[in-house]
Amino acid sequence: MSNVQPTEDGGNLVLAFDSDQSHAKRRRLAIADVAEAAGLWRLCWTLAWLDIRLRYRGSILGPLWLTLSTGLMVAAMGAIYSTILHIPAHDYVPYLALSLVLWNFLSVLVTDSCYAYTLAEGMIRTMRMPYSLYAARIVVRNVLVLAHNIVVVIAVDLVLWRWPGPVAVLALPAMVLWLADALAVAVLLGALCARFRDIPPIATSVLQMAFMVSAVIFRPELLGDQRWLLAFNPFFTVLDVLRAPLMGEVPGWDSYVSAVCFSTVLCLAAWALFVRVRGRIAFWV
Amino acid sequence: MAACIELSGVSIDFPLYHGNARSLKKRLVASVSGRMTADARHRIVVKAVRDVSFSLAPGDRLGLIGRNGAGKTTLLRALAGIYEPVAGKLRVVGSINALLDPNLGMNLDLTGRENIVLRGQYNRLDRAAIARLADDVAEFADLGDFLDLPMRVYSSGMLVRLGFGLATAIKPQVLLMDEWLLAGDANFLDKARARLEDLVRGAEILVLSSHLPEVIRDWCTRVIWLDQGRVRADGPAEAVLAEYLGAD
Repeated sequence: MSNVQPTEDGGNLVLAFDSDQSHAKRRRLAIADVAEAAGLWRLCWTLAWLDIRLRYRGSILGPLWLTLSTGLMVAAMGAIYSTILHIPAHDYVPYLALSLVLWNFLSVLVTDSCYAYTLAEGMIRTMRMPYSLYAARIVVRNVLVLAHNIVVVIAVDLVLWRWPGPVAVLALPAMVLWLADALAVAVLLGALCARFRDIPPIATSVLQMAFMVSAVIFRPELLGDQRWLLAFNPFFTVLDVLRAPLMGEVPGWDSYVSAVCFSTVLCLAAWALFVRVRGRIAFWV
Repeated sequence: MAACIELSGVSIDFPLYHGNARSLKKRLVASVSGRMTADARHRIVVKAVRDVSFSLAPGDRLGLIGRNGAGKTTLLRALAGIYEPVAGKLRVVGSINALLDPNLGMNLDLTGRENIVLRGQYNRLDRAAIARLADDVAEFADLGDFLDLPMRVYSSGMLVRLGFGLATAIKPQVLLMDEWLLAGDANFLDKARARLEDLVRGAEILVLSSHLPEVIRDWCTRVIWLDQGRVRADGPAEAVLAEYLGAD
């Protein structure tokens, strides 16, 4: 009859909890959690991909709607804002396309992260899964969405026949930084929002404000003498270190220092919180 | 590695953060007197499981009996590694399959086959094992072409067959079951009964929770009677069941 056995390296062969937990013990459990999630990368990929497919199941274009709606947004905003800001469209539209696509990733990631655990309540209560898997699922899902949206940026560059040049290599370390930050945000907000249900609306309003002040739709140079203030806005500096190389520019050192400092603080905070509350999340969702 | 389960002094508290804790307090204090207390930081907590100790070795068939809200499912979830205890020690050795919920994380928008693959991945099966799992479940559930349609269009009988087939397909060393698996319609089919017996026989340790004495009597050799989160009696099935029935 049935002959399927859970695999030996299933990770749940020995389950041991001791309520009198030192910090070192909690840290070991947190590391084991992350290692287990890394071993489940295939499941993570499946879940993320199914999330997107399910959202568009039954629609003719499917996930291509993501690309299309971003394209429409860029076209509409490009037409209006290049006039308002007095920048020629062929200079402004590539900048806007890239900014909007990256900002879209960032803002959807933040809002999704707020529900990383609360929306997975059913799964969390039915089976033991590493908690970092739920965070990774959010990140992978949003990277897949980004992959659909980036098509718009490439299309704009193709039409206007402009390329960032060799400086684009600087985007690679920035992407690593973004991935680390994305995981940190998913863990941090996922756990905090499970415990404190007031945080999602706060996150949404912070994002709206940040969109306006972080030089997403306007060029930072337009701030003139006030430009130095942007170095204190982590939304801007993290965006800048990835966006500038892809536009063929070298980001300023102030952007790098600020982005790296902010990311370090973010990742350390996320890890500290994860080590502390990992075992409590099941009670919060 | 032989399976074993060891619990010593395990307690699980549920903090109540959401909803109106004050009115919730009034409402619940009456019904579960003594189980809701405020902790050191004045949060309201429900003491779902209190100071439970037992150990199980291969061959043990444990039944958890008790009224609704006695802490049976919470204890099962702790054994499955879902809830980490706030006090005491818990150790479970062996591969675990916890059948706590008839939906088992299934998504009705996915096809039957996609749900099978997902379930296989949850259980850390490799590609070949997932293919075997799909064949095995497909043969039992006998869905034909429906296997590749979203589960939303299934009849309730089809849902039960697929859910049951999937739940009983993966054979662990430690089997944790809520009673739903035994109470379903599928149980009346001979082939379902045979499949379930096969699953239970294959497991080194069974922990089954139910509030129905007849279900426990059928499957278990040892019974723990949980009352308000505490162990009220622990011993051979017949003796504890007699005591449990006598108390009502």
